[in-house]
Amino acid sequence: MGRITLQGVQKSFGPVHIIKGADLEVPDGAFVVFVGPSGCGKTTLLRLIAGLEDVSGGKILIDGKNVVDVPPAKRGLSMVFQSYALYPHMSVRGNIAFGLKMAGLPKDEINRKVEAAAATLNLTPYLDRKPRELSGGQRQRVAIGRAIVREPKAFLFDEPLSNLDAALRVQMRLEVTRLQKELGTTAIYVTHDQVEAMTMADKIVVLNAGKIEQYGSPLELYERPTNLFVAGFIGSPKMNFITGEPAAQRGATTIGVRPEHFRVNADGQSSSNQAWPGKVIIAEHLGSDTFLYVDAGPLGTLTVRCAGEIGVKMGDTVLLSPDPNRVYRFDASGNAVHV
Amino acid sequence: MARKVTGRSVLISTLAAWLLGFLIFFPILWMVLTSFKTELEAFANPPSFLLFHWTTENYATVQERSDYLHHAFNSIVIAGGSTLVALLIAIPAAWSMAFSPTKRTKDILLWMLSTKMMPPVGVLVPIYLIYRDFGLLDTRIGLVFLLCLGNLPIVIWMLFTYFKEIPKDILEAARMDGATIGRELIYVLTPMAIPGLASTMLLNLILAWNEAFWTLNLTTLDAAPLTTFIASYSSPEGLFWAKLSAASTLAVAPILIIGWFSQKQLVRGLTFGAVK
Repeated sequence: MGRITLQGVQKSFGPVHIIKGADLEVPDGAFVVFVGPSGCGKTTLLRLIAGLEDVSGGKILIDGKNVVDVPPAKRGLSMVFQSYALYPHMSVRGNIAFGLKMAGLPKDEINRKVEAAAATLNLTPYLDRKPRELSGGQRQRVAIGRAIVREPKAFLFDEPLSNLDAALRVQMRLEVTRLQKELGTTAIYVTHDQVEAMTMADKIVVLNAGKIEQYGSPLELYERPTNLFVAGFIGSPKMNFITGEPAAQRGATTIGVRPEHFRVNADGQSSSNQAWPGKVIIAEHLGSDTFLYVDAGPLGTLTVRCAGEIGVKMGDTVLLSPDPNRVYRFDASGNAVHV
Repeated sequence: MARKVTGRSVLISTLAAWLLGFLIFFPILWMVLTSFKTELEAFANPPSFLLFHWTTENYATVQERSDYLHHAFNSIVIAGGSTLVALLIAIPAAWSMAFSPTKRTKDILLWMLSTKMMPPVGVLVPIYLIYRDFGLLDTRIGLVFLLCLGNLPIVIWMLFTYFKEIPKDILEAARMDGATIGRELIYVLTPMAIPGLASTMLLNLILAWNEAFWTLNLTTLDAAPLTTFIASYSSPEGLFWAKLSAASTLAVAPILIIGWFSQKQLVRGLTFGAVK
């Protein structure tokens, strides 16, 4: 079991409020990702759950028990650090076994568990090597091995893949997700990479300036962002925000259109009066997609994403028609307006 | 463009380096050479470099006149003991300052160093009187205690800088793995700091081994280490260069040998953290 509940959790460093009252319910077995821009407090929140920092207020419940006064090791959680934080003077075996050794398990049981963990992570041939003799991906797997061998109530991941190169990152992303599903252990994962968040999470927590902006499944966040911040943060490229006349027509202060929700009329002929004319400043041809940056006069620069190759060049005039069902509306305070 | 290294410049810098090395080493070499001369040749002007009558009589005389082993044993106890006690105090002190610093940590470090700025002679009289009243004069324990306190600021300061280099993440990982503070120190921090610990230990050992002010002033015979043994040859019947050199050679030999064997650790420790 590993149900983690936050109730009004606050954290200040001196006069600076890092976490301004977080309420959250992480169900048992869920993969929850904390995502947000740097400095939003996501790592601090994770460290509060881990017990590496003390809360300034509120409660953290693990399986219904308040753990704010419980030291990190007694919380039954294990953590994977961004820097891997392996013990450099110990072999891979020593690294993975350390937690079990500290718990005072008998030797043969430790060996059995270490070898099982190593087998799961394909680390068996490396058990007697030192961390410095391993590649980045292997080190990361040792760090994960150290986390799983203790059979914790939950895993805490602090940007574990950000030191890996792009190809390895994608591979490790799959491995971590697969492992978590296999073990069925609750996981909380911190990242600033929204692709990681969208692909790995059962549920995403979007944090901004120490506040939880929205908590929901990846598609909920994509389809029904509650405010301008979430709308702008989730989705790549970023959502276009338009104020003024077109917004007013739709009864909103700001409207948002995702780059992939435009219909592009390349011959410049208007099919309806809802279309916005604009001049292509830059066209990026990726083959699978085409990204257009369109100067739409009073509306500003709009980003447009079209599937495939559509044969539009720099300097062309295009007409952009937003998908009427996919126009997000926000009021003056930035909150979503629902019909 | 990569820097060009010509054969000639390599030759010149190699020669310069050897010359510099020889200059630095020369006093020790001269001391050793002098120890094998007769008293007359030791005084000779111009001095002879290698072509003199080699003799070991100085070593024999020195051993005859005073008990080298007794003084060497005192030196080992005093230098070793003060180093050990200093490390036992300094490791937890440096640990707490490196990993849970307060607003005053920097001030404390500076204050500790400031105690080294005071000339020892300034406190000779009070310390002498205290030692006399407590019966610590000419005792090994008294010197262990004093040299330990004297070197403690440097030991803590050095360990603090080494500990600072250890990533905090690793200690936090140990905490997550269930290590108590004591076990964190024993299993994680200390092994990782071994190069730093080794060089700190060696430096402190050398400092304590060669410390001459307190050892000369607070001992007479029972607790007298090798420094007193050397000094006994510069008085009272005059200066005997050859015997003094023999005594000095005997006195520095152990520390020179330890230094030679631990030079790899020492260099690693002194450049610790410079290259990731």
